[in-house]
Amino acid sequence: MVKVFIYPTNSFILADLVTRAGHEPLVVMNQVREKVTSLSVDSPPLNITPEDPNLGLKYAAIEVPAGVRGRMSLMGPLAEEAEAGIIVEDTPADFGCSGCNRTNELMKYLVRTNVDRSKILEIRYPKNEEQMHDFVYTILEFLKTLSNESEIKKGGGKK
Amino acid sequence: MSDLKMANAGKEKVRSVPESVKDFENKRSSGSDSSKPEAKVKIALVSCGTEYGGVQPAFEEAAAKVNAEFIYPEIDINSLDTIGKDFGIEASSGDLRLMMARAQAVVRGETIADGVFVTTCFRCAEAAIVRNEVRRYIHQKSNIPVISYSFTEQTDAATLYTRFEALTTVAKRRHLLAREVQHGITAGIDSGSTTTKAVVMKDNKIIGIGWGSTNEVLDSAEKALAQALEMAKIDRKEIQALGTTGYGRYLVGEHYKADLIQEEITTNSKGAVYLANVQKGPATVIDIGGMDNKAISVEDGIPGMFTMGGICAGASGRFFETVAKRLNVDITELGDLAMKGLQENVKMNSYCIVFGTQSLVNSLAKGALPKDVAAAACRSVVEQIYQQQLQEVDVREPVILVGGSSLIKGVPRELSNLLNVKVIVPENSHLIGAVGAALLASGFVEE
Repeated sequence: MVKVFIYPTNSFILADLVTRAGHEPLVVMNQVREKVTSLSVDSPPLNITPEDPNLGLKYAAIEVPAGVRGRMSLMGPLAEEAEAGIIVEDTPADFGCSGCNRTNELMKYLVRTNVDRSKILEIRYPKNEEQMHDFVYTILEFLKTLSNESEIKKGGGKK
Repeated sequence: MSDLKMANAGKEKVRSVPESVKDFENKRSSGSDSSKPEAKVKIALVSCGTEYGGVQPAFEEAAAKVNAEFIYPEIDINSLDTIGKDFGIEASSGDLRLMMARAQAVVRGETIADGVFVTTCFRCAEAAIVRNEVRRYIHQKSNIPVISYSFTEQTDAATLYTRFEALTTVAKRRHLLAREVQHGITAGIDSGSTTTKAVVMKDNKIIGIGWGSTNEVLDSAEKALAQALEMAKIDRKEIQALGTTGYGRYLVGEHYKADLIQEEITTNSKGAVYLANVQKGPATVIDIGGMDNKAISVEDGIPGMFTMGGICAGASGRFFETVAKRLNVDITELGDLAMKGLQENVKMNSYCIVFGTQSLVNSLAKGALPKDVAAAACRSVVEQIYQQQLQEVDVREPVILVGGSSLIKGVPRELSNLLNVKVIVPENSHLIGAVGAALLASGFVEE
């Protein structure tokens, strides 16, 4: 099982495809769940306090707006955990959207920097049904290669 | 150090809200002697995601203090894919497209809001473009009062309090603002950051004035009021209604059991149009106070768009005090000195009071004439107001300049030159807050 970063970071469809292929999708919803179910909930709806943009300083400088750093405090750890990534461009809003494009730019940069490029699939959102079939097929094939590599690694470990 | 300054830039000023504020607001929201609480003012929050910026609790707290609640206009998610072309700005950030869609929902009446608060992250260029155009769009296409603000994670409730109070006043207490004539005998006290002003009015005329520096707040208010009463030859028992405004409004208001305790955006704009005799039609009020400044777009004496603050004390009376001290002239002489000088001869930057003072010292060291330095200081302050405040409101003539700094003659001259419009400085322009409070308080005489 490989930890797969997905972009948009809240895309249920991508998360579902990754899960079906036997991997772990790294999604922002888990980060949010952790936040809102933790004790001392004092900043609804997401429980992000002024301390969180400070935590975001790990990923972005003080000149970067508070909203970007607040988002990075949530999403930045996903880029650090990622072992592979699927980045879908030109997506409609209902496919997933993390709201702030500056955050998106930074997140994609971090993943491209931290993860071996051969383990990142960059693909455009389909515009018609034919492209949609290719889209799903390409993603599933990519996830399969991750499975294979994962198995080889496991095998190598046994030896 | 500069980073710290910039981090605070969106904050403008920070004031702690005293307990008396909470008490007063609690009474006001609970209706004090009435059993039925006043309905909450619904403010549509149109933002790029305040919940991610760590400021949501501060926003909620400030709204609760003025008996308001946020609502979030509902939109069709698919509209986010087309709103860019529809509204006109093809923003790449989804939440900025959401802002445009939500603004559209408010303007179209799909969401019923009493006021709109448009806010985005400070230091985001794309957000600044969208915020400004969304605010303008709501203002032009609806009668709903709207304010905008750029936040940092350090924005606190006290920073927003006066703005929300003004917004809710315009939204829900328009009847109060409709008053154009003062009746009976009323008094107004403006407990400002630097000076405390008091006026006594009778039958639409100012009959008593009191003015002094603000030291201990209640003591300063008492002295100013006593002066005004003495000049008016009126016993304080004859005062039929009293209004307070300014930084110390709650403390002073509670002390005198004031009939009206009102933030300064409302009272100052009302006082300005009253003193300038432009109560009908559009006007722009620019108020340069001792510690901050305000730009208010007014229609029929009622504030529409307004902004408060300034990056630093560099755009306030505090900078003039520094300049006067360095030039070794009394603050009252600074204006006359400036009128003799040419601002073009000295380059001055009052974007920050520290940089401004550096420019001042450097220019004098290079042999600049004090009169030119004084003129440059006036130019510098109005330039900052132009850059920081007037970009956020529509400047519509007549432009009325008020506040203590309006008495420095070089200031209206430089403002007029910069904006290329005639600038009106009404008589008693430094008393607008107290006059506005006395005028609005007269509504309680009839009640």
